[in-house]
Amino acid sequence: MNAIVTRSLTKRYGDTAAVDRLDLAVDEGTLYGFLGPNGAGKTTLIRMALGLVLPSEGTVSVLGEAVQGSEGRAGRQRALRQVGALVEEPGFWKHLSGRRNLECFAVAAGPPSDREARRSRIDRVLGLVGLEDAATKRVKAYSQGMRQRLGIALALLGAPRLLVLDEPTNGLDPSGMREVRLLLRRLADEGTTVFVSSHLLWEVEAICDRVGVLAKGRLVGEGRPSDLRRTGDRVRLEVDDREGAVRALGAVEGAMVVDGAGPVDGSLVVRLSPPATTAGLNATLVGAGIAVSALIPEQESLEDVFLELVGKRLEGDGDDDASS
Amino acid sequence: MLRVELIRALRRWRTYVLGAGLAGIPILIVVSLKLSSNDPSAAATGPAFLGKILVNGLFAPLSALAVIQPFFLPLGAGLLSGDAVAGEASAGTLRYLLVRPVGRIRLIIDKYAFVMLSVIAGVVWVVAVGLVAGGAAYGVGPMPTLSGTTMSAAQAVLRIVAAGAYMVGGVAGIAAIGLFISTLTDSAPGAAIAPVAVAIVSQILDNIDSLRVIHPFLISHRWLAWTDLFRSPVEWGGMARGALTFAIYTAVFLGAALRAFVRRDVTS
Repeated sequence: MNAIVTRSLTKRYGDTAAVDRLDLAVDEGTLYGFLGPNGAGKTTLIRMALGLVLPSEGTVSVLGEAVQGSEGRAGRQRALRQVGALVEEPGFWKHLSGRRNLECFAVAAGPPSDREARRSRIDRVLGLVGLEDAATKRVKAYSQGMRQRLGIALALLGAPRLLVLDEPTNGLDPSGMREVRLLLRRLADEGTTVFVSSHLLWEVEAICDRVGVLAKGRLVGEGRPSDLRRTGDRVRLEVDDREGAVRALGAVEGAMVVDGAGPVDGSLVVRLSPPATTAGLNATLVGAGIAVSALIPEQESLEDVFLELVGKRLEGDGDDDASS
Repeated sequence: MLRVELIRALRRWRTYVLGAGLAGIPILIVVSLKLSSNDPSAAATGPAFLGKILVNGLFAPLSALAVIQPFFLPLGAGLLSGDAVAGEASAGTLRYLLVRPVGRIRLIIDKYAFVMLSVIAGVVWVVAVGLVAGGAAYGVGPMPTLSGTTMSAAQAVLRIVAAGAYMVGGVAGIAAIGLFISTLTDSAPGAAIAPVAVAIVSQILDNIDSLRVIHPFLISHRWLAWTDLFRSPVEWGGMARGALTFAIYTAVFLGAALRAFVRRDVTS
């Protein structure tokens, strides 16, 4: 089953589409990382999935329930009961303590639940984020990192089947970030679906089962981090005649110079796709009278993939927007 | 949701400061009178003719009600209702309440209920403090009606409470207007000022004779009809028309608030 499915989901503000005919499916039980530059539409997508923002077109369903529009009201309530969320910054009543805030949110949605069960659940989530000691302090006195932790605790409060977290490591120090990453990984291993947006690539790469890359409201790449990286083998070459090498490689089918400038004058990065091979590349260059001093296979970083995918989308502005 | 509102209100200094301030009104009336003369009727601060019937400690709750009605009651109802949704939006808690999930309709209804409960609590508090303060200073006894007859103290207290209830009804529409504006903006101060301005402007327009044709439609036009409670027999006509006006304002703006909020994108 899919935890989140969108079908040509669109949100327009005036003439611009924040989310543009987006088709997305997040499997239940996965830790799904959602990447994109600022303004790519990540938050708008999350708000639509949570029923905060109404789509202009298309559908979005969460845990099998259609959640958009007024006809989706009942389904939305059923779905949201099983969802925990952090949407942008955490929001709390600052004059109440951290614990009291969680209690208020716990009783807000009713029906009245067992007081003891509620208390112990609150203790548990405060413990998960390491806030036991600050639980009775007013949120006013919390640091940004503590508020962020409390926000994650709130998201976990209902023992959700689906956790939707928008930039959960914002404002945390490196050890706090690491704790949160480990926590998310553990929750996912225990069966919770975690949908996490981030602009921190290494963070997503380190923990996520799947990654989606969003740019200008559209999904421009999706897959396991290792699959995304392996879209082409890359080779870094060091040669004595860079210009000549670029010219010679232009004739090789499947070879593409992706990065001209390197640390060394005569260095360039070539992406290979079949039928091109590293050995063939070498033969071509040598045949053209170019001395190859180094030929280093490189693994593409997710950052390279990301920049390339997003870059394409930004350059290709309008090429597939005929209908909007 | 209503329970959360109450927990939050009881944990704020604001609530107690306001309570102390409200209690000060009847106490101030009693004390200032005790210091100047000994004739309770001199303290009548509401409609002037009320002075005729205020002959014992019962003057304190009634005068205090008359004092809070034109400004403090609409102010309280306006501030609380204007803050109701916009305040949550600017604190960042609105989206977290909605995804808990608290239904949007439920949120509006409970917020409105909380505002009205607060107004009721304020009125009850003022009447209670007034009864105690006035009773302690001047005793409680039978009260003449505006028609010249006399009613028992118990009857008088009942009618004072009824007057308070009518005043609460009078600001129900103000609270609905505040709530409606509160759903349209994320700025709590703006949403809080608007309904207070409506109450003030309505009272000003109601005093301009040349605008007589619009007077029956003003939200504040029948606010003073509660004085008919102190006639014998009670004249219900004015209050019935007033209640109808209040009900229409409340229904229209509460409906508008629900409609606006259900369709709105929550981007705060």
